[in-house]
Amino acid sequence: MRELSVFDIIGPNMIGPSSSHTAGALRIAAVARMLAKGQIRGVRFTLYGSFARTYRGHGTDRALLAGILGFGPEDARLRDAFVWAEASGLRYAFHCDEETKDLHPNTVDIALDDDSGRTTVIRGKSIGGGAMVIGKINGVEVDFSGEYNTLVIEQQDEKGVLAHITKCLCDFNVNIAFAKLFRESKGQIAYTIIETDEAIPEEAVAKILSAANIWAATLLTLDPRAQNNDNL
Amino acid sequence: MNFGSGEELLLCCETRRMKISQVMLEREKALFPEKDAVGQMERALVIMRAAVAQALTEARPSMGGFLGGEAILLECYRKDGRDLCGPLLAKALAYSMGILEVNASMGLIVAAPTAGSSGVLWGVLLAAEEELGLVEKDLLAGLFTAGAIGYLITRNATVSGADGGCQAEVGAAAAMTAAALTELLGGAPQQCLDAAATALSNLMGLVCDPVGGLVEVPCQKRNALGAADAILSAQIALAGVKNLIPFDETVEAMHQVGKCIPSQLRETALGGLAATKTASALGREK
Repeated sequence: MRELSVFDIIGPNMIGPSSSHTAGALRIAAVARMLAKGQIRGVRFTLYGSFARTYRGHGTDRALLAGILGFGPEDARLRDAFVWAEASGLRYAFHCDEETKDLHPNTVDIALDDDSGRTTVIRGKSIGGGAMVIGKINGVEVDFSGEYNTLVIEQQDEKGVLAHITKCLCDFNVNIAFAKLFRESKGQIAYTIIETDEAIPEEAVAKILSAANIWAATLLTLDPRAQNNDNL
Repeated sequence: MNFGSGEELLLCCETRRMKISQVMLEREKALFPEKDAVGQMERALVIMRAAVAQALTEARPSMGGFLGGEAILLECYRKDGRDLCGPLLAKALAYSMGILEVNASMGLIVAAPTAGSSGVLWGVLLAAEEELGLVEKDLLAGLFTAGAIGYLITRNATVSGADGGCQAEVGAAAAMTAAALTELLGGAPQQCLDAAATALSNLMGLVCDPVGGLVEVPCQKRNALGAADAILSAQIALAGVKNLIPFDETVEAMHQVGKCIPSQLRETALGGLAATKTASALGREK
């Protein structure tokens, strides 16, 4: 865990009412948006636990849509996310699952349909204070928080891939804080999550992508403490 | 420079002859050199001035429909000269409850340490600015002092209602605010920690029982309670009254008490006020 900043305590700057049910939900959806490959056409949310029971009063539904639309946690448009979604032609649906029990109480599954006909499915949990953890991508169990500079790589599960990734990062002088490899079964799809202290240059990502057995590499730009958004 | 306990924080203050706010700012600069810490804090202040102004001019109903217009009522009562609390607390009550209105109606706020307890620190500091003649520089220092206390409680215990109950959220907010006020009124670092420990002790055991699971009732009035707790704890410390149990041990005690609070009383809306006849009649939200 990284050191706490004063802005983890005095912060985040956010549209209320709840850091976990509003800001944290938005952050999960923002990751989903970044991991989708094409233009997003439709989204289906499945809400579990406390999310399922209290989402309307916490604006969790609006926050999730706002994240898909690319709004930040400070963006006042969050309140009117339904209107913005309709205006941009985004189809959306919410489904509550109160039967599944063994999940974190603030869990959501997000299924995104893009214009290439592909569907990307993300599972995230909102763990408090606006922080979140992504637990699944397309059915593969993963684990990352977006607290560091994060690179999500989708790849063929075969030898040499991780060596290629680390060499590319080394060539661009990027020091890896954490590297985690996740896969479902041998020889199938795998995900490598790279977390670094310093920014990862786009050129390094392009070089990583140049290998045939790497299908996608997405740099997450999520830092809640950057707060570039000026929609007061 | 870093510190992991109140004791280490005091040592930093002593060896460097610094206030808590200065030590916390130095720590921030050392750990996150790429960030403009003062600029970001100034921006937080801008957001919260706007939030208070909004609550005092517009009675916007909350998402759950339980809040709206309380800050305006409190300001009218205060301005009519019918004030029981004294000018600082009277204003702090209106501001802190108003901030919860803004939060619950999906307005923009800055959590401190959580969204549901953000009324305490901001309400008291913005009231103190007007009533005690503080300037913006003072408020920024107070925010770093408050941040230091909140950081220690987060690091060594919890500020989550789901983990520790309301004592962890509003209790932490009150402790942060008490230390900030104490420093701004000339208290030494030890007095700031005493004020924080007093504020935390006074709310120990307070449960989190939100009606309908929403950040509305009783959260809004608990923020008013936190504001009062912070102000009285600061006055106790500034008067030279010491606190028997040290800050670090008080934080640990709060942490242990939180673990003893049953889950029904930790943000699940299954106990306390959330489980009353009236709350149940309002129905499960959906």
